[in-house]
Amino acid sequence: MFDRKAFPLAAGFALSGAAAQAQTIDETINSVVGAVTGPFVNFIFSPFPGTSFPWIVLWLVIAATIFTLYFAFVQFRSFPHSIALVSGKYSDPNDAGEVSHFQALATALSGTVGLGNIAGVAVAVSIGGPGATFWMILAGLMGMASKFTECTLGVKFRNEYPDGTVSGGPMYYLSKGMAVRGFGGLGKGLAILFAIFCVLGSLGGGNMFQANQAHAQLVNIVGDYPGWITGVIFAAIVFAVIVGGLKSIAQVTEKIVPFMGVLYVGTALIVLLINYDRIGWAFGEVFDGAFTGAGVAGGLVGALIQGFKRAAFSNEAGVGSAAIAHSAVKTKEPITEGFVSLLEPFIDTVVICTMTALVIIITGVLQVDPETGNYLWNAELGRVETVGDVSGVALTSAAFGSALSWFPYILAIAVILFAFSTMISWSYYGLKAWTYMFGEGKAQELSFKILFCVFVIIGAAMNLGPVIDFSDAAIFAMGLVNIFGLYFLMPIVKAELNSYNARLKSGEIKRFA
Amino acid sequence: MSSETFVVAYEGDPDDPNVLDYAIHRAKAEGARLLLIHVLEWSPYSFLTPQEVEERHGRRKQELARANEVVMAPALAKCEAAGVPADGKIRYGQVVELILEETKTAGATVIFVGRSGSNSMAARVFGSVPLGLAQVAPVPTVIVP
Repeated sequence: MFDRKAFPLAAGFALSGAAAQAQTIDETINSVVGAVTGPFVNFIFSPFPGTSFPWIVLWLVIAATIFTLYFAFVQFRSFPHSIALVSGKYSDPNDAGEVSHFQALATALSGTVGLGNIAGVAVAVSIGGPGATFWMILAGLMGMASKFTECTLGVKFRNEYPDGTVSGGPMYYLSKGMAVRGFGGLGKGLAILFAIFCVLGSLGGGNMFQANQAHAQLVNIVGDYPGWITGVIFAAIVFAVIVGGLKSIAQVTEKIVPFMGVLYVGTALIVLLINYDRIGWAFGEVFDGAFTGAGVAGGLVGALIQGFKRAAFSNEAGVGSAAIAHSAVKTKEPITEGFVSLLEPFIDTVVICTMTALVIIITGVLQVDPETGNYLWNAELGRVETVGDVSGVALTSAAFGSALSWFPYILAIAVILFAFSTMISWSYYGLKAWTYMFGEGKAQELSFKILFCVFVIIGAAMNLGPVIDFSDAAIFAMGLVNIFGLYFLMPIVKAELNSYNARLKSGEIKRFA
Repeated sequence: MSSETFVVAYEGDPDDPNVLDYAIHRAKAEGARLLLIHVLEWSPYSFLTPQEVEERHGRRKQELARANEVVMAPALAKCEAAGVPADGKIRYGQVVELILEETKTAGATVIFVGRSGSNSMAARVFGSVPLGLAQVAPVPTVIVP
């Protein structure tokens, strides 16, 4: 018979034995995966010759600038029209029941708003100093043009099947769109390359990074325990949803996540209001750090690199993932999805990431040398000294916790939910890339889904360093291929934009409300 | 023969045929035509997973086909059999809002609505369709028990 009194003791022994063994499992996974991903990470982040600027970050920044100029600052000119589209003013009532622009935006946002906004910003500010925030905002504003370009193409060149379902994204516009421009062979090669990187990205940033940071948050709350335990639990839940078809879990998460997003921004505003007298000073730090790099070892370039890197990782502009999400929307005008999608980097980076950064700066969790007024640099860790010696999501948690002691618990729940919803979104993006390469079919789908779940465990068990590096590298590699194709395809988007604007002006495109 | 149009907010519950039977009875007596409105509840602000977004267009087609086959076609056949001219519309959205819109568009003079669902907890908290129509309808509204 089961002895209730003996159980805690027995369980205690079992756990301590498992913990000792688990540390070895963690270390083994770290060394194996770290060794495998190392060369790939080094290639992606190698500096532009003669500078310390990673060429891939430069690649994204230049692309966002070119799109901004080519489309004549479409993100600012069309901002009011984007809001009108999302609020349904141009939606035909007879199309009710189809996915609305608001829903398309919300679904795409649930894949991007997540740990990048909480943990990624903390990493940026602790390495690049407060100045990183300025470059992050700038990257967000310019990234809106990249998102506009890729999402328009996502809808224009999607595949529509007889059962009404659609598949789209860079894989499709690179192959079909490039063929239209007379580069069919190149397009097909790029599409395959993108699909490979997309699968890697879905396993890295869309999976391992999420599992890792969710574990870090849980450790922060309940105390240290091996990462693989979190990994197995998360993997089991993700498996239940994507393989077992337990839609109820996904639906509940999808409904709670927007609420958590609003709660997060609302709480950040409260923290800022509590410290209202320091808001001016915080902005001063942001601008000062942006142009002088004052007080941080990396200086201006360090702030700029971190700002751009984290913005790209958070809002995924130019990466091509959002084009997969938006392409499934039924619309007569592909360009409308472009308009709607340009709001994503604005909400994700310009609003939410900035909130996180301001809270971290304003609450003083970044340690300052009282004598020099500069931030205390920890050369060993390569970042600013922080209160409690924490980084990533734990730093954001400490910042919020210093103003509102109960918030770390809410943040822990938010992090876990954000991580989960991002994983579900990325499992879809990865699956679409996988089936593009290996064909549609139950066996192909199942193999990817099982692989995805295995990577949840690997991600939770690894240290932050290797995981974050691999996440970044895989996602930036998607951007490498995607943007190359976008340069060829941007005249198609321009033709769509000009045609739409002309019809909007003439009244041919009707406003319904 | 009257040129009046009566709107029927038709839920399509086969266990609750009273509202349609009563509307047919009244239309026949008045020489009016019926406009049956069946609304599929839908909010453009609900949240969908990427998978649901992908499947939405196909599902909408299925839902419309099913609503037409199971709800609207039998109801229109019933009207025809009773010798009452009738049209049917299937719409997506918020029930009360769409019934009112169709009533105004058709210039209807009466709305018939069933009482079903009025006793549920959700209806007590958020208000039911019959109560909503009774409060804001611009024309006489008959709630059929």
